[in-house]
Amino acid sequence: MRDIDNIRSDFPLLQQKVYGKPLVYFDNGATTQKPLCVLEELRKVYTDYNGNVHRGVHAMSDLTSEAYEGAREKVRSFINAGKSEEVVFTSGATSSLNAIAFSFGERYISRGDEIIVSEMEHHANIVPWQMLCLRKGAVLRVIPFNDAGELELDEYLKLLSPRTRIVAVTQVSNALGTVVPLEEIIRPAHSMGIPVLVDGAQGIQHGITDVRSLDCDFYAFSGHKIYGPTGIGVLYGKEKWLSELPPYQGGGDMVDRVSFDRTTYNVLPFKFEAGTMNYVGAIGLGRALDYVNELGREEILQREKTLLAYATERLSAIKGLRIYGQAAEKICTISFLLDNIHQYDTGMILDKLGIAVRTGTHCAQPVMDHYGIQGTVRASLCFYNTIEEIDALGTGIEKVIGMFS
Amino acid sequence: MNRRMTINEIQDNIIEEFSVFDDWMDKYNLLIEMGKELSLIDPKFKVKDYLIEGCQSKVWLYPHYDGKEVTFTADSDAIITRGIVALLIKVLSGRTPEEIIQADLYFIDKIGLKQNLSPTRSNGLLSMLRQMKLYAMAFGAQGSGGRAQGTGHRAQGEERHAASGMRHAAKDEERGRQRD
Repeated sequence: MRDIDNIRSDFPLLQQKVYGKPLVYFDNGATTQKPLCVLEELRKVYTDYNGNVHRGVHAMSDLTSEAYEGAREKVRSFINAGKSEEVVFTSGATSSLNAIAFSFGERYISRGDEIIVSEMEHHANIVPWQMLCLRKGAVLRVIPFNDAGELELDEYLKLLSPRTRIVAVTQVSNALGTVVPLEEIIRPAHSMGIPVLVDGAQGIQHGITDVRSLDCDFYAFSGHKIYGPTGIGVLYGKEKWLSELPPYQGGGDMVDRVSFDRTTYNVLPFKFEAGTMNYVGAIGLGRALDYVNELGREEILQREKTLLAYATERLSAIKGLRIYGQAAEKICTISFLLDNIHQYDTGMILDKLGIAVRTGTHCAQPVMDHYGIQGTVRASLCFYNTIEEIDALGTGIEKVIGMFS
Repeated sequence: MNRRMTINEIQDNIIEEFSVFDDWMDKYNLLIEMGKELSLIDPKFKVKDYLIEGCQSKVWLYPHYDGKEVTFTADSDAIITRGIVALLIKVLSGRTPEEIIQADLYFIDKIGLKQNLSPTRSNGLLSMLRQMKLYAMAFGAQGSGGRAQGTGHRAQGEERHAASGMRHAAKDEERGRQRD
């Protein structure tokens, strides 16, 4: 892998100072910073070939359509989907999850049916299913996790029933950093013919995701969490499911033939892409995925493991610091609290020291309820962070403790 | 005889107190100290009805109206927030509804704490300020209404009742801003 200083120079924002101090950006779980090549790609679309996709007879439209479909192919290859028809662009993971909850719900869910999610889901993988349950009279079942932050798989097996219609779980917990053993979720579900959706919002950017070897039925992620632009996301679905599911939005481009008597829908993936898509975002995402491949996904994974090990060791050594989420398999996210210091106080002081962390419930209130806490401070790292930055966090935390106790 | 300081005189005093410090750490330490001087809300009022919810930190605010002035007591679960709450109370408590409604709070900006009152920081402080003004409006309206009806001074329970509509309006607004 390239030298770290060299990599950091790809990201203009990482050179920023806040309050006169070098920025330590530890909020990658919320959004990641963008390399110059992605920014350049976005500029290029608008300056070199912008035209609406799949519509024009003119050169600009052709070039844009080609780049847009090229981005779809990049996503396909990145997650190792079988066909590019199985890759639908959305506005983000939340939108992908809502799309499936709606379309799958319309087609397959009726009164008394059961949907399984886990206790460590982001609200985006809870609320759309709750809305579906309310609409259809279905029941939400929840896989609990233990205090280390690992799903209780025995309990999961007990929840699977002939009424279970779908299992929707996260790949990685955004609040705890836990990597979920997806194979152990998917295999038992499939043995009963139950499809599994994976929320990859926190998983796609850490390590390697292969939807075919996982054999998941649906996979959702956001572009902005993998060094791409905001407002673009992906919904992968196995062809057999996507062809059976009804579209969730109507509009231009998603139709085959429209008349007032009857409208027929376009083929996959366009059936699920109504209206003008965020094609610039998709092209930018394609470039971001290229960037990640250029750095090397295995190399990124190894580097992040080193950062996690060092950060865990450095922070654990601080008296009064409690880490929430100590699963055996974790990404480099550390959720913590200090003695009885409010997470908001900690976050405010760290901010003044130039350290960006997130405080609060991280859109995962059930996780906070599990521990009986109001929130945590979350430092979420990625490959461009450094050992020196972790030391700065450690020193910052010690300063916070000094101020408030 | 001691003349009572005006709201702006108190604000100017606070600004002066903070101006001694250049370093933000010292300012925050002063804020933490001020939090300790806050007239704490009676624990029996530390309930949902008096909670101003922000998703980051909680603020409880209780108003008492004696027919002339509104006295506020409060608390917060976060220490820096409590410091700012203490400042707001120092400035607005013990004032007539009219004074509270018309107060222009410029000190927050001047002492460099403006970001803490920004709507993007859902820490409950902006809502607290709004809530203080809403209580003042409710008490003000009730005061004149009361006199017009010739009922004179009202019991505290009725005052709370009169202000409760306002209280819920502000809480709904705060909830609308909550993300997470």
